[in-house]
Amino acid sequence: MNDKWLILTLVGADQPGIVANLTRILFGAGAELGEAAMLRLGNQFAIMLMVRGAGSPETVMGLLESVRAQFDLKLHIDETDAALHEQRDPDVLVTVHGADRAGIVAEVTGALVEAGFNILDLRSDVGGSTTSPIYIMQIEGEARQGIEAIEQAVAALNQQGLSVRVVPLDTVRG
Amino acid sequence: MATLDILTYPDERLKTACEPVDQFDPALREFIEHLQETCSGGPGAVGIAAPQVGELRRICIVDATRAKRPVENHGPLVLINPEITAWDGFAVGREGCLSVPDYTGKVIRAERIELKAQDPFGKPLSFSMKGFEARIAQHEVDHLDGILFLDRLVSRHADLQLRKK
Repeated sequence: MNDKWLILTLVGADQPGIVANLTRILFGAGAELGEAAMLRLGNQFAIMLMVRGAGSPETVMGLLESVRAQFDLKLHIDETDAALHEQRDPDVLVTVHGADRAGIVAEVTGALVEAGFNILDLRSDVGGSTTSPIYIMQIEGEARQGIEAIEQAVAALNQQGLSVRVVPLDTVRG
Repeated sequence: MATLDILTYPDERLKTACEPVDQFDPALREFIEHLQETCSGGPGAVGIAAPQVGELRRICIVDATRAKRPVENHGPLVLINPEITAWDGFAVGREGCLSVPDYTGKVIRAERIELKAQDPFGKPLSFSMKGFEARIAQHEVDHLDGILFLDRLVSRHADLQLRKK
């Protein structure tokens, strides 16, 4: 039996029942599920989840063929050195919005990494109208060189037509 | 002083409402010392409640002096029979718990509260708290009512409040 965590990625047109059918098959095969992220990107449903105990990547691919075909999904499986209980708390949130244009993510993340920022969670959306789209991004992470470095990096971005805000995150642990 | 064992979820005692304290005796104060020691030993802990060590009584510690960044506070507080009597405003913030290792999540809390309690000798106390300290107090009083922050989670993508200067 394979003890390594597999990371499954499934992508397809969004429709009800994908997660229920997928996890029912995995559970039935004796798999253990780890952490998962499931979200819509555009009109596509994307799932990433950690799975172990159901055999090799090839075996799991075979197990999931029926659900893959039923929902017309693209399925990708990687064997990894992933582990649970590795949570890290972000200590800063950066929110970005502005008229959508090419390069926003590269500019923002480039400036942040230079300032010692390590991204833990990033979500971005395109909103507004089709003729005047806006780009909205929320990034949580660790300010490894302190929040002042992040604030300086953001001040420069704010000169480039983006609205960027830095929020320190304090965790109450009690 | 002893460091007490911390119960972890899903221990049912963490879901149990606690009894008021009516005996303000040396035994109570000795227990409080142990609770303070346990809080000091908890990684990054800014508070603790008696049920987290299996004592189902309305006793908690709120200590905003232990925040990573300085915040307005009333010093390290021992609160017996605490009651929140008024709430104002709300903010999303990140919380974790000694009884829920390896997980933090976002919770909505009042920004400002009025709280009354008793000290370890039974003397009445009252505080107006805000921000981080108010959040700790609400988290700990929840413990005394058998409520965990897990019961109050909001979306991972909820935006967090800009901290007031």
